Amino acid sequence: MRVNLRINGVSRSADIEPRKTLLDALRENFLLNGTHAGCEHGVCGACTVLVDGEPVRSCLMFAVQADDYEITTIEGLAPAPGELSVIQDAFCETHGLQCGYCTPGMILSAHALLQRTVTPTREDIVEAIAGNICRCTGYGQIIEAVEFAAARLRIANTPHPAVQADPSIVGPK
Amino acid sequence: MKPVAFDYVRPASLAEACELLSGDEDARLIAGGQTLVPMLAMRLARPAKLIDILRLPELAGIGEENGAVVVGATTRQAQAERDPVIRASVPMLARVLPWVGHPPTRNRGTVGGSIANADPSAEIPLVAVTLGAEIMLATKDGSTSMPADDFFIGPMATSIGQGECVRAIRFPVWSHQRIGVGFFEVSSRRSDFAFVAATAQVALDEEGRCLDVALGLGGVADRPQRLDVSFLVGTTLEAASVSDAVNAATADIGAMSDLHASAAYRRRVAGVLGIRALGQARDNAAAKPAKGAR
Repeated sequence: MRVNLRINGVSRSADIEPRKTLLDALRENFLLNGTHAGCEHGVCGACTVLVDGEPVRSCLMFAVQADDYEITTIEGLAPAPGELSVIQDAFCETHGLQCGYCTPGMILSAHALLQRTVTPTREDIVEAIAGNICRCTGYGQIIEAVEFAAARLRIANTPHPAVQADPSIVGPK
Repeated sequence: MKPVAFDYVRPASLAEACELLSGDEDARLIAGGQTLVPMLAMRLARPAKLIDILRLPELAGIGEENGAVVVGATTRQAQAERDPVIRASVPMLARVLPWVGHPPTRNRGTVGGSIANADPSAEIPLVAVTLGAEIMLATKDGSTSMPADDFFIGPMATSIGQGECVRAIRFPVWSHQRIGVGFFEVSSRRSDFAFVAATAQVALDEEGRCLDVALGLGGVADRPQRLDVSFLVGTTLEAASVSDAVNAATADIGAMSDLHASAAYRRRVAGVLGIRALGQARDNAAAKPAKGAR
């Protein structure tokens, strides 16, 4: 089946079998290997991508279902080649990753949270990454990374994404 | 983890979807796919055709009509969770939705999908049974509906017929001024399947006497069930009468046994959580002003 997708702001097209998940299509058809295949049945969250800005498991969606949505993978977050997004950098700074397998999913879940919240509570962060399993770093440093990224976004010299989306949010609380 | 090959069709209308479904026993509907896709990946389900109903306009939307809120089958769980109409008028549904799966599965999973899947421990079917919701179905010849209590017949089993599709769920709205809901569940981790879930809704009059009450249990038996605690109406829901009522209502309920929890454990926890849910519902209702806006 011919499938037209919008991935990281670029229109892509490929001939994809209906049974192929969005995860496999991203990795095999579009060589976006940053989206990791973990359990492949919706438990681990390693394959999380953003669909219209909200985190979704790409193993629980077929590529043929994904046309007309704005799909964001981990490759779509960095502002320029060789650079890191604020959240990616915060994960490095606070040692929020060890083996890195869960990291793209964690960062995309955190990204979606920080797109709508200026001052997330620890509980908000835990809830946001509740669908992402980490088996080596430990959640402590991952939560710390998201808190650190939120703090940096608050003092950044650029308009906060959450405030741009909804000017009625004025932080910090 | 690769599903068996299937054909994929995306009909343009609900009538066309029902037509396709009724003529093909090997076809399955897919919407959010948060339960079906894992079943396909593990090859526990092997349909020859998937009919994608997610984008059908007839199944979308949340609307109010006399005394009820009608939630379209393909309403995303995440969307229902944030919806102001549901929060105001079906607070029990708003209360349980954060316990349905994880944020990423709620972004894709639909309200109607959870109903059609009929997992005995699922929260949305529990709310439908507890409030006495109406399951609205579409067939190729038109539409029909049935009470939630008749719809759920066992674990992952419903009385939906071949060629029928869940169109919407009609949740009754309580018109009283002071309404409170309560919800508790026990599971091994937050967002995992509940061993026992209990939810309650209470309406109080200005003096704090109970005008109406509903209590339901999920995860205990092979389907969600509403308990009869109607003799609490007219009381002030003091702790002793609540626990008497719940103990009487749960005394002879059937309970499942599996490797996570025995039937005896489920029955005991059902009583405890039922009492807590009613207590929480009463306290939430009592916190509302006796007069004025709901």
